[in-house]
Amino acid sequence: MTHFLTRRLLIALLVAFTVSIVGFALLRLSGDLAAVLAGEDASAEDIARIARQYGLDRPFYVQYFDWLFNALRGDLGNSLFTHESVWEMITSRLGVTVTLAFASLFFGLLIAIPLGVLAAVRANTWVDRGSLFVAVMGQATPNFWLALILIYVFGVWWRGATVLGVRLAEIKIFGVQLSGLPISGGDSWLHFVMPVITLATFVMPAVMRITRTGMMEVLSSDYVRTARAKGLSPTKVLFKHSLRNAILPVVSLAAVQLGFLMSGSVIVESIFALNGVGYLAFQSIIRIDFPVVQSILVILACSYILLTLFADMINAKLDPRVRLE
Amino acid sequence: MSGGSVINPQDAPVLEVENLSVDIRVPAGTLHAVSNVSFSVRPAETLSLVGESGCGKSITSLAIMRLLPKAARLSANKVLFEGQELTQLSEKEMSRLRGNRMGMIFQDPMTSLNPVYRIGDQLEEIYIRHKRAGRKEARERAAYLLEKIGIINPGQRLTQYPHQLSGGLRQRMMIAMMLMCDPKLIIADEPTTALDVTVQVQILQLLRSLQEEFRMALILITHNLGVVARMADQVAVMYAGQIVEAGSSTDVFRRPTHPYTRGLLDCIPRPGQSSARNKLGSIPGIVPSLVGDINGCSFRNRCAFAHDACSSGKIELRDLQQDHIYRCLLPAETIAAAAQETV
Amino acid sequence: MTDVTHHMPEPKIVTSAELDTLAPSPRELMRRRARSHAGLIIGMTIIALFLIVAIFAGVLAPHDPYAQTLSNRLADPIWGPKGNWQHILGTDALGRDVLSRLMYGARLSLYISFTAAVIAAVIGVTLGVTGGYFGGKTDAFVVYIINVKLALPVFLVALSIAAITGGTVTVLILLLGFLTWDRYAIVTRSLTQQMRDQEFILSSLAAGASHLRIIFRDILPNLMNHIIIIVSLDMAVIILIEAALSFLGLGIRPPTPSWGLMVSEARAVMFFKPHLIMIPGIAIFILVMAINMAGDGIRDVTAPEGRG
Repeated sequence: MTHFLTRRLLIALLVAFTVSIVGFALLRLSGDLAAVLAGEDASAEDIARIARQYGLDRPFYVQYFDWLFNALRGDLGNSLFTHESVWEMITSRLGVTVTLAFASLFFGLLIAIPLGVLAAVRANTWVDRGSLFVAVMGQATPNFWLALILIYVFGVWWRGATVLGVRLAEIKIFGVQLSGLPISGGDSWLHFVMPVITLATFVMPAVMRITRTGMMEVLSSDYVRTARAKGLSPTKVLFKHSLRNAILPVVSLAAVQLGFLMSGSVIVESIFALNGVGYLAFQSIIRIDFPVVQSILVILACSYILLTLFADMINAKLDPRVRLE
Repeated sequence: MSGGSVINPQDAPVLEVENLSVDIRVPAGTLHAVSNVSFSVRPAETLSLVGESGCGKSITSLAIMRLLPKAARLSANKVLFEGQELTQLSEKEMSRLRGNRMGMIFQDPMTSLNPVYRIGDQLEEIYIRHKRAGRKEARERAAYLLEKIGIINPGQRLTQYPHQLSGGLRQRMMIAMMLMCDPKLIIADEPTTALDVTVQVQILQLLRSLQEEFRMALILITHNLGVVARMADQVAVMYAGQIVEAGSSTDVFRRPTHPYTRGLLDCIPRPGQSSARNKLGSIPGIVPSLVGDINGCSFRNRCAFAHDACSSGKIELRDLQQDHIYRCLLPAETIAAAAQETV
Repeated sequence: MTDVTHHMPEPKIVTSAELDTLAPSPRELMRRRARSHAGLIIGMTIIALFLIVAIFAGVLAPHDPYAQTLSNRLADPIWGPKGNWQHILGTDALGRDVLSRLMYGARLSLYISFTAAVIAAVIGVTLGVTGGYFGGKTDAFVVYIINVKLALPVFLVALSIAAITGGTVTVLILLLGFLTWDRYAIVTRSLTQQMRDQEFILSSLAAGASHLRIIFRDILPNLMNHIIIIVSLDMAVIILIEAALSFLGLGIRPPTPSWGLMVSEARAVMFFKPHLIMIPGIAIFILVMAINMAGDGIRDVTAPEGRG
């Protein structure tokens, strides 16, 4: 097991290292950073001055290794605009993004897995086709569009709407009056309701389909036939024998989705003005605040690598066939 | 051949099947997978269902266990197991019989065992479920059975996972699993087909000895006539969903009457007999579609003795001698005489 | 010994059409399945409609999508109180006809997504087949590259590069093509590995065929079905990414009518003219859904065993 783990760690390290180079390079090679920073009307001297100021005139490998050595010591440089430590900026905003990601994953799984199981158990009935259709719809919905619709519905329409004679604005859930969810800011859990709904819609379809496919395969497998032939109760057959096997690919997918959520939250955080890493990335990209941007790219890439490593470990734990390779 | 000394002809049959049919809804119509199959098995007796792939032998066994797919419809005059009419039991009552009073062993032990649980767990759960026993008791029973089966170091084996065992060992585990609750009937669907030849013999011998010791009835499904010769007391030859010949294995092997049975036996190479002059037989043609109503004899397009009368009407079973029946219009002597001519 | 041929019946000539009814070839079976697959038919029909609109936008669009009529800003659509047939879907904040912009937007979306998907396919399939076929160190290298690509946060990289280079159509196509090839590589690599060990490849090698010949003649044709399916999935994803990029202002720049850009432009007036965000969003939604349905349909038809 340790040999398996060390090997994977080494490969992960190599990939992380390469990704940092790629991330670093992409920014610098896609255009002349100094020129972009200087602006449209800059003269050649202005551009040269800016290049010198930010060390952009040095050879690529010098820039990279300089950055790398500092990064490994925890110094990611400072923002070009606020001059704060990049590390500080990112870590102070990490909480929001991570909360958003985990909450979205949680609710996405909460809906997707039971739906997928139900669809598989009732394969080819309207329940199944209905769930698939819902999944396809979820996959086709642009997240920014859904966010805006939610804002319109919950932020505005809810306040004045009356359904079946009941004024929606007066409904309370968990003692909280939902008359118009806050559209921006991030002070209370209410601010996360719409963002989480948006992101959970993103997570749900893929997980539901994988669960459904996995369950269908498992339900028609020989060992489930054996379990039935043993006279075990239907609940036992479903959970102990079927779901346990079908859930394996879902775990890997969930880890990958978590990675996507962390980087895909850019849109959601920007629209709802949540002060997370995604929003920071967006602001920094607009301003070409490249120390911040490249650090975020590398950090997100590394967290993705860690998540897939983690998923591999969970997979090994759950599937004895993998363990003994 | 078979050792029927333990069978007591006075015993009431463990399983009595009369006129069992299974129809499956398919896009093209109704597929008659099994048509009017009848047989019975006594304690300690082995009945073998023989036939080629698709003849309905597996579906028959699934029908008895009521494990048919949703699109299948079962109908029968009776399916009496230990005096109980199985077709009238609810699914809950049925699940209490499965693995408990009746068990089933499948062809491929690798895919038939759950890969993520230990062997011990899979054996114990069936005992715990039906006998309402504790885990400790179940474990003791499992260890006892493994020893009986001849597995050394049962304690260690129980902690292993299916993929860590060899094919023969896995199949033994399947057998042990189905024996946990001491069933009176075991249905074995091609239990040795997926195994090496040397292991096949061991498994069959094991089944035989267990059967004698526990007085279990065994329905052995196979396409391998050698296995039948070794194990079966009674034989039922199936073709296209129907029984075309049935009787004691001694009778059927000595006097194969139905043209299909004759053809099957001709296909077996016999040391000293098959040679360039005595050609190895083969049955030309393929199995007809099972969709749509049966009209006439299903075997007629492959039968060397077929004539016009074979194309229509129902072909009933007829007696050859005591308990030896076959499904053909022609009298046995005619077939035998005609067979001599074509050699 | 009797002459057996005397009694043999005359051979009957069976036409290929009859043969298809008696013993349908796999292709014929596929065609039959395709004819009755609702999702595939609906999806293809919708795609065809969008395609027609995209190609003939110049003829079909009632107005110039760039023409501003500042005197007629935010006009109501046909179902609104002052709606009229001049502007069926109304006008936007600069008085431009929404319907015309929608049609040209279709052209943009289909063009960008298809071209980028093809680029991604070329990159991904080349990598995947090379790694899967040659194995060993080559394969290890390919896997390494795939892993590096997978770790990159696609959307952020796209945002960053688009911000620096500007959001022209060419840049977006290249960007999205170079950022979405991983699925092609993973799937084709796996399939090529499976095929490599099969007998038809071994026999080609034994007959002296070169590796290149085997790849093009034996392997690639068998991959085409899967590649087409992935192209459809990829196109759907690319349309969504481009829309998001344009929404954030870093993709297609105004005044080019990208659907994502239309949504973002309408955001300011969203509370009293919600249809202006709904309409382009629905267009994206329908097109992406149709492409996904068609892709799923093709998958069901070409490999109907238990697909999800």
